[in-house]
Amino acid sequence: MLLASMLEIQQLRKVFPNGVVALDGVDLEVPDGEIVGVIGRSGTGKSTLIRCVNRLEEPTSGRVLIDGQDVTAMRGGELRATRRKIGMIFQHFNLLTSRTAADNVALPLEIAGVDRKERRRKAHELLELVGLGDRVNAYPAQLSGGMKQRVGIARALASDPAILLSDEATSALDDETTHSVLDLIRTINAELNLTVLLITHEMDVVRRVCDTVALLDAGQIVERGRVDEVAWHDSRLGRGLRVEAWPPRDERQAA
Amino acid sequence: MTDGWFDLIATATRETLVMVLIAMAVTIPLGLLLGVLLLITGRGQILEQPVANKLIAAVVNVGRSVPFIILLVAVIPLTRALVGTTIGTTAAIVPLALATIPFFARIVETSLREVPGGLVEAAVASGARRRDVVSKVLIPEALPSLVAGVTITTIGVLGYSAMAGAVGGGGLGDVAIRYGYQRYETDITIATVVVLVALVQLLQFAGDRLARRLSHT
Repeated sequence: MLLASMLEIQQLRKVFPNGVVALDGVDLEVPDGEIVGVIGRSGTGKSTLIRCVNRLEEPTSGRVLIDGQDVTAMRGGELRATRRKIGMIFQHFNLLTSRTAADNVALPLEIAGVDRKERRRKAHELLELVGLGDRVNAYPAQLSGGMKQRVGIARALASDPAILLSDEATSALDDETTHSVLDLIRTINAELNLTVLLITHEMDVVRRVCDTVALLDAGQIVERGRVDEVAWHDSRLGRGLRVEAWPPRDERQAA
Repeated sequence: MTDGWFDLIATATRETLVMVLIAMAVTIPLGLLLGVLLLITGRGQILEQPVANKLIAAVVNVGRSVPFIILLVAVIPLTRALVGTTIGTTAAIVPLALATIPFFARIVETSLREVPGGLVEAAVASGARRRDVVSKVLIPEALPSLVAGVTITTIGVLGYSAMAGAVGGGGLGDVAIRYGYQRYETDITIATVVVLVALVQLLQFAGDRLARRLSHT
């Protein structure tokens, strides 16, 4: 079966004003309904890459196509409408402390001008989906890290996005919580056929949840492939996927 | 003590409260607007405008540098143009608000700056317009801190309002100068101080309570 691409990144470059080249010609495809992981050490440009997709960061050159539409050419209202179709979750959750879980989930709907009754219905439904049906009126300060990220996921799903961006979403969580959040992302991917692009520095995350993986190093994608195939390759990704620790021990000694 | 000293203090207290309340009613919306603009036109913010930012900052700084007692006299022509008189409680409101708006604008800017950038990004990533970011993220998230800022500012205005009394502005400061100082009625001075201390305590108590009630962190 030929898969259409939900997201296509073409020759993306990002040079910061201080001259640092964060992305140096990245090409990446995220097929419809798949979970694609981009892994790399800190400072390799992962975060910049994912932030260029919804233009939280302005790319210097290159194109970002969502469902065939060039995001880099969009302005004003068109860009905002497209952002509504791109859900995003963050390492530090970024929930509003002044709002309850339900009101946090309702924020994107409020921005989109959905009426109060419908916002409420949808927020409750989504919190139910992420397993927080009993905590709709809790404030973020009353929730654990894992629960906060579940609220973050529910918020990201509020405007029925076509794709979910996950920016180190489990990096602030312990192992057990990480696993349950990743399982939730898997479930949502399967049930809602939601395409996911996630970035991480943890091989365990790739191993657990991704269909495809790409290794980003110094602003370029240096290896890529399907997780189940790459795992057998004698490559940095293959070795990384086979051992518990990342980066692989032999590489750390070589360096 | 002067006969009818109680009425004297009561009237003066009422005048002081009217001055402070009206000055704050003018200061809060205008200072909020200036403070929001100061923040969002800054570098890396949602409405980055370096020229406008420097201009607003310069106006605010000039406003804050002029000593109140000088401002009080310097704005007399403006006061006459705005409220038609240069003496009395109404006239005092003009310099009071002028002195307080830039002060409160800086307080607002500082409060809003404390809101983590990630919260703004989360809203922007959800398709928020600038006005959504201001009204749904920046102001609600900074609200407890803004309320604390209003408390500080109100207490400041209370102090300024007593100074306005020195130039015929009415209120407790006026009474303290005319009766307490010029007529050597020390007990009147003490009475005005007691009322001022009580007002400050009350304001601080109410402000702290409200800020705590609004905070969910």
